[in-house]
Amino acid sequence: MKILQVSDVNKRFGGLQALNNVNLEIEEGAVHAIIGPNGAGKSTLLNCFVGRLVPDTGTVMFNGTSLLGIKPHEINQAGVSRVFQTPEIFEEMTLLENIMIPAFAHRDGSFRINAWASVAGDTEIREKAEHILEDVDLIEKKDVIAGSLSRGDKRRLEMAMCLVQDPKLLLLDEPTAGMSRADTNNTIDLLKKIGERRITKIVIEHDMHVVFSLAHKISVLAQGTVIAEGLPDDIKGDPRVQEAYLGGAHL
Amino acid sequence: MNDMASNTRDNLLMVVFTAAVLTMPIWLTPIGAGYPDLLQKFAIFGIFAVGFNILFGLTGYLSFGHAAFLGVGSYTAVWTFKLLGMNAVPAVFMSILFAGIFAAAIGYISLRRAGIYFSILTLAFAQMCYNLAYSVLTPITNGETGLRVLNSDPRIFDRMFPSQDTDGVLLADFFGIELTGYQGFYFCAVLLIIAFYVSLRIFRSPFGMMLKAVKSNQNRMNYTGLNTRPYTLAAFVISGMYAGLAGALLCVTDPLAGAERMQWTASGEVVLMTILGGAGTLLGPILGAALIKYFENIFSAFNEGTLQSFFSFLPESLREITVSVSSLFVGEGWHLTLGVLFMLIVVFLPGGIMEGIRRLIALFGKRGPGDGAEAKKAGALPAAAE
Repeated sequence: MKILQVSDVNKRFGGLQALNNVNLEIEEGAVHAIIGPNGAGKSTLLNCFVGRLVPDTGTVMFNGTSLLGIKPHEINQAGVSRVFQTPEIFEEMTLLENIMIPAFAHRDGSFRINAWASVAGDTEIREKAEHILEDVDLIEKKDVIAGSLSRGDKRRLEMAMCLVQDPKLLLLDEPTAGMSRADTNNTIDLLKKIGERRITKIVIEHDMHVVFSLAHKISVLAQGTVIAEGLPDDIKGDPRVQEAYLGGAHL
Repeated sequence: MNDMASNTRDNLLMVVFTAAVLTMPIWLTPIGAGYPDLLQKFAIFGIFAVGFNILFGLTGYLSFGHAAFLGVGSYTAVWTFKLLGMNAVPAVFMSILFAGIFAAAIGYISLRRAGIYFSILTLAFAQMCYNLAYSVLTPITNGETGLRVLNSDPRIFDRMFPSQDTDGVLLADFFGIELTGYQGFYFCAVLLIIAFYVSLRIFRSPFGMMLKAVKSNQNRMNYTGLNTRPYTLAAFVISGMYAGLAGALLCVTDPLAGAERMQWTASGEVVLMTILGGAGTLLGPILGAALIKYFENIFSAFNEGTLQSFFSFLPESLREITVSVSSLFVGEGWHLTLGVLFMLIVVFLPGGIMEGIRRLIALFGKRGPGDGAEAKKAGALPAAAE
């Protein structure tokens, strides 16, 4: 079954055609990587999935319903979570609070005045949050202020914030950007572990090591168009891909 | 922390707070603040600041127009006195309701913008309210004279159950108890304790957590499935209702409502109170409110004579200089003292008085016997006040 169907999506910024008739289908439960050189339109495409941008033409269907014109928080409530290129977390709050907020959002919906309830007394939410923190190896730091974490830890925290919501579709925008090799490997292991939950994932990534160790299927984007699509082994040998990445130079 | 420990700590905080507020007439007498007029102001402006802190301290939205809701509360209270009678309970209830409705309308529009634009919008609305009250709406507000209760007013319930002698000045009462002097103070004090308890519950609730998240990262909230607009509006309305309550209490202690209560200086004052005490802390705004009202009443009453006797231990020539310099900071010049104090606190203690207290306790804890762990524990206690 297709969880996400993107048909003929166009997006233009002034004179730049950022997305040009993009067609994409994501299989439920798959890890689908989108790769491509800088400026290919990868992040623009992702922004069209979460309601940050609205395509000029074309459709984006998630589980059979259109995502066009739907607000970001509604799209999240429908089951789409996103990890950003630069970690978007609640810097001034503790790790535990960072996880509890999405957990509350998942359970109680997008708005609720539960001003008489007690956060500390909500064992269901806290246990869930602590459990996720254990999964990402951050449980010892649960009372630490999130802003003091290293970049790698922030990324893991953000991933945990998405996971606590049991998303149907997880979007990862360069999850290993700026990480050391060790951190990158940790992240790959973590993503593989998440894979056991059968969450559909779309990964945007530059690091080919990450892409080839995770993805079931790869789409290559260049100048706003999907130029190749297929299994990792097919993509590796595709001359169009090498052309797009290396600008036609031969190694 | 587990929930048992934090619960016990909050209960302890409530007990200590209640005891401290109710015994204020005793322990504030030595510094010359133990008289009902000033104590009432501590309680009323404490409520105002606690409510303002729910908006500014938690969500970070800096409103420069909260005096409008204070004014709406006052006018509503006087009108309730005029129409229903001098009992304070319906007046308080109606004021909270009307201030809440006003806050919903103003907040709905102002919250379309954030940051400085939000502040400017609220300021503009408050100034509009002030000008309306001052001139255009004279039939309702009685313009610059101010709205007061007259003997000829309907006062339905008072007519039904005539108890007060109707000659002389009309004063608010609480089911027959006249709310003047210490009765007036205790009426306000009980409401302050309730208001503080509500604020404590909000701080500890998932709702309060979301308000803190608004301050921290709205972008993340949106992509986490949370709709930020209703959260900010709810905080705005709640803080408006607190302001309405404070406005009503100003009229309970003195049944007169004037437009100057809505002026931008009054809006600025509550901002100062909150920042001075510590924005985002539970107790800070109350301390800030008390400090400002104390300065306003005590320091402004000092004159050269008081200073002369204060510095009487100094030799004649030195005393003259000291007195002439320090007289700049008292009497009419009390704003100068407040300004200097505000400057010092913002520069050295950005977290306000509460940060100062926290540092002191941490220092004290470190010197204590139990070293590190003890210091941590001591540091955790004021964190309860956060």
